[in-house]
Amino acid sequence: MLIQVLFHLFAAILILAALGVITARNPVYSALALVMCFITSAAIWLLIEAEFLAVVLVLVYVGAVMVLFLFVVMMLDINLAELRKGFTRFAWLGWLTAGAVIAEIAGVVWAHGALGLDASRGPAPEPAGYSNTLALGSVLYTRYAYPLELAAVLLLVAIVAAISLTMRHRAGLKHQDVGRQVAVRREDRVRLVKMDAEKRP
Amino acid sequence: MITLAKLLTLSGVLFSLAVAGIFLNRKNVILLLMCVELLLLAANFNFIAFSRYLNDINGQVFVFFILTVAAAESAIGLAILVVLFRERRSINVEDLNTLKG
Repeated sequence: MLIQVLFHLFAAILILAALGVITARNPVYSALALVMCFITSAAIWLLIEAEFLAVVLVLVYVGAVMVLFLFVVMMLDINLAELRKGFTRFAWLGWLTAGAVIAEIAGVVWAHGALGLDASRGPAPEPAGYSNTLALGSVLYTRYAYPLELAAVLLLVAIVAAISLTMRHRAGLKHQDVGRQVAVRREDRVRLVKMDAEKRP
Repeated sequence: MITLAKLLTLSGVLFSLAVAGIFLNRKNVILLLMCVELLLLAANFNFIAFSRYLNDINGQVFVFFILTVAAAESAIGLAILVVLFRERRSINVEDLNTLKG
Protein backbone atom coordinates (compact mmCIF):
# COMPACT_ATOMS: atom_id res chain seq x y z
CA MET A 1 0.00 0.00 0.00
CA LEU A 2 2.77 2.39 0.98
CA ILE A 3 4.62 1.44 -2.20
CA GLN A 4 1.50 2.27 -4.23
CA VAL A 5 1.20 5.70 -2.63
CA LEU A 6 4.92 6.42 -3.10
CA PHE A 7 4.75 5.30 -6.71
CA HIS A 8 1.87 7.64 -7.49
CA LEU A 9 3.57 10.50 -5.66
CA PHE A 10 6.83 10.03 -7.55
CA ALA A 11 5.01 9.57 -10.85
CA ALA A 12 3.18 12.87 -10.33
CA ILE A 13 6.41 14.67 -9.46
CA LEU A 14 8.10 13.10 -12.48
CA ILE A 15 5.42 14.29 -14.89
CA LEU A 16 5.36 17.79 -13.39
CA ALA A 17 9.15 18.00 -13.61
CA ALA A 18 9.05 16.83 -17.24
CA LEU A 19 6.51 19.56 -17.97
CA GLY A 20 8.89 21.98 -16.28
CA VAL A 21 11.75 20.84 -18.52
CA ILE A 22 9.85 21.58 -21.71
CA THR A 23 8.15 24.82 -20.68
CA ALA A 24 10.65 26.62 -18.41
CA ARG A 25 11.64 30.10 -19.59
CA ASN A 26 15.27 29.74 -18.61
CA PRO A 27 17.44 26.75 -19.68
CA VAL A 28 18.95 26.66 -16.17
CA TYR A 29 15.50 25.91 -14.73
CA SER A 30 15.02 23.28 -17.45
CA ALA A 31 18.24 21.59 -16.42
CA LEU A 32 17.24 21.66 -12.74
CA ALA A 33 13.82 20.21 -13.59
CA LEU A 34 15.60 17.48 -15.54
CA VAL A 35 17.66 16.70 -12.42
CA MET A 36 14.36 16.36 -10.55
CA CYS A 37 13.12 13.99 -13.29
CA PHE A 38 16.18 11.78 -12.92
CA ILE A 39 15.97 11.68 -9.13
CA THR A 40 12.29 10.73 -9.10
CA SER A 41 12.92 8.14 -11.83
CA ALA A 42 15.65 6.65 -9.67
CA ALA A 43 13.18 6.51 -6.78
CA ILE A 44 10.63 4.69 -8.95
CA TRP A 45 13.30 2.26 -10.13
CA LEU A 46 14.12 1.60 -6.47
CA LEU A 47 10.45 0.87 -5.83
CA ILE A 48 10.40 -1.79 -8.57
CA GLU A 49 13.64 -3.27 -7.22
CA ALA A 50 16.15 -2.23 -9.84
CA GLU A 51 18.51 -0.79 -7.26
CA PHE A 52 21.78 -0.81 -9.16
CA LEU A 53 20.42 1.15 -12.11
CA ALA A 54 18.72 3.63 -9.78
CA VAL A 55 22.05 4.38 -8.11
CA VAL A 56 23.82 4.54 -11.47
CA LEU A 57 21.18 6.96 -12.75
CA VAL A 58 21.75 9.32 -9.84
CA LEU A 59 25.54 9.03 -9.94
CA VAL A 60 26.06 9.22 -13.69
CA TYR A 61 23.21 11.45 -14.76
CA VAL A 62 22.71 13.81 -11.85
CA GLY A 63 26.35 13.72 -10.86
CA ALA A 64 28.02 14.00 -14.25
CA VAL A 65 25.80 14.63 -17.25
CA MET A 66 23.52 17.21 -15.69
CA VAL A 67 26.45 19.05 -14.14
CA LEU A 68 27.94 19.20 -17.64
CA PHE A 69 24.64 20.54 -18.97
CA LEU A 70 24.50 23.19 -16.26
CA PHE A 71 28.11 24.22 -16.95
CA VAL A 72 27.38 24.65 -20.63
CA VAL A 73 24.10 26.48 -20.05
CA MET A 74 25.74 28.91 -17.65
CA MET A 75 28.88 29.33 -19.75
CA LEU A 76 27.12 30.32 -22.95
CA ASP A 77 25.74 33.81 -23.18
CA ILE A 78 22.49 33.03 -24.93
CA ASN A 79 19.98 35.50 -26.29
CA LEU A 80 16.88 33.91 -24.78
CA ALA A 81 14.35 36.28 -26.31
CA GLU A 82 15.44 35.27 -29.80
CA LEU A 83 15.22 31.58 -28.94
CA ARG A 84 11.79 31.93 -27.33
CA LYS A 85 10.34 33.72 -30.34
CA GLY A 86 7.63 31.60 -31.94
CA PHE A 87 7.60 29.29 -28.90
CA THR A 88 3.93 28.45 -29.32
CA ARG A 89 3.90 28.41 -33.12
CA PHE A 90 4.04 24.65 -33.41
CA ALA A 91 2.72 24.03 -29.89
CA TRP A 92 -0.58 22.67 -31.20
CA LEU A 93 1.34 20.14 -33.30
CA GLY A 94 3.46 19.20 -30.30
CA TRP A 95 0.50 18.68 -27.97
CA LEU A 96 -1.37 16.83 -30.74
CA THR A 97 1.56 14.45 -31.24
CA ALA A 98 1.92 14.00 -27.49
CA GLY A 99 -1.79 13.30 -27.10
CA ALA A 100 -1.72 10.81 -29.96
CA VAL A 101 1.27 8.99 -28.49
CA ILE A 102 -0.31 8.85 -25.03
CA ALA A 103 -3.62 7.61 -26.48
CA GLU A 104 -1.90 4.91 -28.52
CA ILE A 105 0.23 3.67 -25.65
CA ALA A 106 -2.66 3.75 -23.19
CA GLY A 107 -4.87 1.94 -25.70
CA VAL A 108 -2.30 -0.81 -26.16
CA VAL A 109 -1.45 -1.12 -22.49
CA TRP A 110 -4.90 -1.01 -20.98
CA ALA A 111 -6.54 -3.22 -23.61
CA HIS A 112 -6.86 -6.60 -21.94
CA GLY A 113 -4.30 -9.10 -23.12
CA ALA A 114 -3.14 -6.96 -26.04
CA LEU A 115 0.50 -7.49 -25.12
CA GLY A 116 0.01 -11.20 -24.71
CA LEU A 117 0.61 -10.61 -21.02
CA ASP A 118 -1.49 -9.73 -18.05
CA ALA A 119 -0.54 -6.06 -17.66
CA SER A 120 -2.63 -5.65 -14.53
CA ARG A 121 -0.11 -7.75 -12.64
CA GLY A 122 2.97 -6.28 -11.05
CA PRO A 123 6.50 -7.68 -10.99
CA ALA A 124 6.95 -10.49 -8.52
CA PRO A 125 8.92 -9.33 -5.48
CA GLU A 126 12.44 -10.69 -5.31
CA PRO A 127 13.22 -13.23 -2.56
CA ALA A 128 14.95 -12.07 0.59
CA GLY A 129 18.71 -11.83 0.21
CA TYR A 130 18.50 -11.20 -3.51
CA SER A 131 21.09 -8.73 -4.77
CA ASN A 132 20.25 -6.84 -7.93
CA THR A 133 23.86 -5.71 -8.29
CA LEU A 134 25.13 -9.28 -7.98
CA ALA A 135 22.66 -10.54 -10.59
CA LEU A 136 23.53 -7.74 -12.99
CA GLY A 137 27.26 -8.11 -12.46
CA SER A 138 27.21 -11.85 -12.97
CA VAL A 139 25.81 -11.49 -16.49
CA LEU A 140 27.63 -8.24 -17.29
CA TYR A 141 31.10 -9.78 -16.78
CA THR A 142 30.33 -13.13 -18.40
CA ARG A 143 27.78 -13.03 -21.19
CA TYR A 144 28.20 -9.33 -21.89
CA ALA A 145 31.96 -9.04 -21.33
CA TYR A 146 32.68 -8.08 -24.94
CA PRO A 147 29.88 -5.44 -25.17
CA LEU A 148 31.15 -4.07 -21.84
CA GLU A 149 34.62 -3.60 -23.34
CA LEU A 150 33.03 -1.93 -26.37
CA ALA A 151 31.13 0.44 -24.09
CA ALA A 152 34.38 1.32 -22.34
CA VAL A 153 36.03 2.06 -25.69
CA LEU A 154 33.02 4.16 -26.65
CA LEU A 155 33.47 6.26 -23.52
CA LEU A 156 37.17 6.68 -24.32
CA VAL A 157 36.27 7.83 -27.83
CA ALA A 158 33.77 10.28 -26.33
CA ILE A 159 36.47 11.70 -24.03
CA VAL A 160 38.93 12.13 -26.89
CA ALA A 161 36.25 13.63 -29.16
CA ALA A 162 35.00 16.10 -26.58
CA ILE A 163 38.50 17.27 -25.66
CA SER A 164 39.73 17.55 -29.24
CA LEU A 165 36.60 19.45 -30.26
CA THR A 166 36.76 22.04 -27.53
CA MET A 167 40.53 22.49 -27.13
CA ARG A 168 41.83 25.51 -28.96
CA HIS A 169 45.35 26.71 -29.63
CA ARG A 170 45.41 30.44 -29.27
CA ALA A 171 48.20 32.15 -31.17
CA GLY A 172 50.83 33.87 -29.04
CA LEU A 173 50.20 31.67 -26.04
CA LYS A 174 53.32 30.32 -24.29
CA HIS A 175 53.33 26.61 -23.66
CA GLN A 176 55.80 23.85 -22.91
CA ASP A 177 57.20 21.47 -25.48
CA VAL A 178 58.21 18.50 -23.38
CA GLY A 179 60.14 16.79 -26.19
CA ARG A 180 62.37 19.77 -26.76
CA GLN A 181 62.81 20.25 -23.02
CA VAL A 182 64.05 16.69 -22.63
CA ALA A 183 66.25 16.77 -25.71
CA VAL A 184 68.14 19.89 -24.68
CA ARG A 185 71.93 19.55 -24.12
CA ARG A 186 74.30 21.46 -21.92
CA GLU A 187 76.00 22.95 -24.98
CA ASP A 188 72.71 24.55 -26.11
CA ARG A 189 72.24 26.51 -22.93
CA VAL A 190 75.56 27.23 -21.26
CA ARG A 191 78.26 29.36 -22.86
CA LEU A 192 81.57 29.61 -21.03
CA VAL A 193 83.40 32.81 -21.71
CA LYS A 194 87.10 33.24 -20.99
CA MET A 195 88.00 36.70 -19.86
CA ASP A 196 90.60 38.40 -17.76
CA ALA A 197 89.85 39.21 -14.16
CA GLU A 198 88.58 42.74 -13.61
CA LYS A 199 90.86 45.07 -11.72
CA ARG A 200 89.38 46.62 -8.61
CA PRO A 201 89.15 50.34 -9.27
CA MET B 1 1.29 -3.31 -6.29
CA ILE B 2 2.89 -1.34 -9.11
CA THR B 3 1.35 -2.92 -12.18
CA LEU B 4 3.03 -3.16 -15.57
CA ALA B 5 0.24 -1.09 -17.11
CA LYS B 6 0.93 1.84 -14.78
CA LEU B 7 4.65 1.76 -15.48
CA LEU B 8 4.12 1.63 -19.23
CA THR B 9 1.61 4.48 -19.10
CA LEU B 10 4.03 6.58 -17.06
CA SER B 11 6.81 5.98 -19.55
CA GLY B 12 4.40 6.75 -22.41
CA VAL B 13 3.46 10.07 -20.83
CA LEU B 14 7.13 10.88 -20.28
CA PHE B 15 7.96 10.01 -23.89
CA SER B 16 5.17 12.13 -25.32
CA LEU B 17 6.08 15.09 -23.11
CA ALA B 18 9.61 14.86 -24.46
CA VAL B 19 8.28 14.74 -28.04
CA ALA B 20 6.12 17.80 -27.32
CA GLY B 21 9.22 19.48 -25.88
CA ILE B 22 11.08 18.92 -29.14
CA PHE B 23 8.24 20.66 -30.98
CA LEU B 24 8.09 23.54 -28.50
CA ASN B 25 11.81 24.23 -28.13
CA ARG B 26 12.80 23.60 -31.71
CA LYS B 27 15.17 26.61 -31.77
CA ASN B 28 17.21 25.92 -28.66
CA VAL B 29 19.82 23.19 -29.14
CA ILE B 30 20.44 22.75 -25.40
CA LEU B 31 16.77 22.06 -24.74
CA LEU B 32 16.64 19.69 -27.69
CA LEU B 33 19.47 17.70 -26.10
CA MET B 34 17.61 17.68 -22.77
CA CYS B 35 14.47 16.40 -24.50
CA VAL B 36 16.51 13.61 -26.07
CA GLU B 37 17.67 12.68 -22.56
CA LEU B 38 14.02 12.52 -21.48
CA LEU B 39 13.19 10.28 -24.45
CA LEU B 40 15.98 7.91 -23.47
CA LEU B 41 14.76 7.92 -19.88
CA ALA B 42 11.27 6.90 -21.03
CA ALA B 43 12.77 4.08 -23.09
CA ASN B 44 14.78 2.94 -20.07
CA PHE B 45 11.57 2.87 -18.02
CA ASN B 46 10.07 0.40 -20.47
CA PHE B 47 13.17 -1.77 -20.44
CA ILE B 48 13.27 -1.93 -16.65
CA ALA B 49 9.51 -2.51 -16.34
CA PHE B 50 9.59 -5.46 -18.71
CA SER B 51 12.83 -6.77 -17.26
CA ARG B 52 11.31 -6.91 -13.80
CA TYR B 53 7.95 -8.15 -15.03
CA LEU B 54 9.36 -11.01 -17.09
CA ASN B 55 12.09 -11.70 -14.50
CA ASP B 56 14.82 -11.33 -17.11
CA ILE B 57 17.98 -9.46 -16.07
CA ASN B 58 19.06 -8.84 -19.68
CA GLY B 59 16.73 -5.86 -19.96
CA GLN B 60 18.61 -4.13 -17.15
CA VAL B 61 21.93 -4.85 -18.85
CA PHE B 62 20.52 -3.12 -21.91
CA VAL B 63 19.56 -0.09 -19.81
CA PHE B 64 23.15 0.00 -18.55
CA PHE B 65 24.43 0.22 -22.12
CA ILE B 66 21.83 2.84 -23.05
CA LEU B 67 23.03 4.95 -20.13
CA THR B 68 26.62 4.60 -21.37
CA VAL B 69 25.77 5.60 -24.92
CA ALA B 70 23.57 8.48 -23.74
CA ALA B 71 26.35 9.85 -21.55
CA ALA B 72 28.81 9.70 -24.46
CA GLU B 73 26.23 11.30 -26.75
CA SER B 74 25.52 14.22 -24.44
CA ALA B 75 29.24 14.81 -23.82
CA ILE B 76 29.98 15.02 -27.54
CA GLY B 77 26.78 16.96 -28.22
CA LEU B 78 27.66 19.59 -25.64
CA ALA B 79 31.22 19.81 -26.98
CA ILE B 80 29.84 20.45 -30.46
CA LEU B 81 27.48 23.01 -28.96
CA VAL B 82 30.35 24.88 -27.29
CA VAL B 83 32.35 24.94 -30.54
CA LEU B 84 29.25 26.07 -32.41
CA PHE B 85 28.64 28.91 -29.98
CA ARG B 86 32.27 29.98 -30.27
CA GLU B 87 31.97 30.18 -34.07
CA ARG B 88 28.49 31.68 -34.41
CA ARG B 89 27.75 33.38 -31.07
CA SER B 90 24.32 31.70 -31.21
CA ILE B 91 22.75 28.32 -30.59
CA ASN B 92 19.66 28.93 -32.65
CA VAL B 93 18.90 25.98 -34.90
CA GLU B 94 17.80 28.38 -37.62
CA ASP B 95 21.31 29.83 -37.84
CA LEU B 96 22.74 26.44 -38.77
CA ASN B 97 22.17 26.72 -42.48
CA THR B 98 25.69 26.46 -43.88
CA LEU B 99 24.99 23.06 -45.39
CA LYS B 100 21.96 24.37 -47.25
CA GLY B 101 22.39 23.14 -50.85
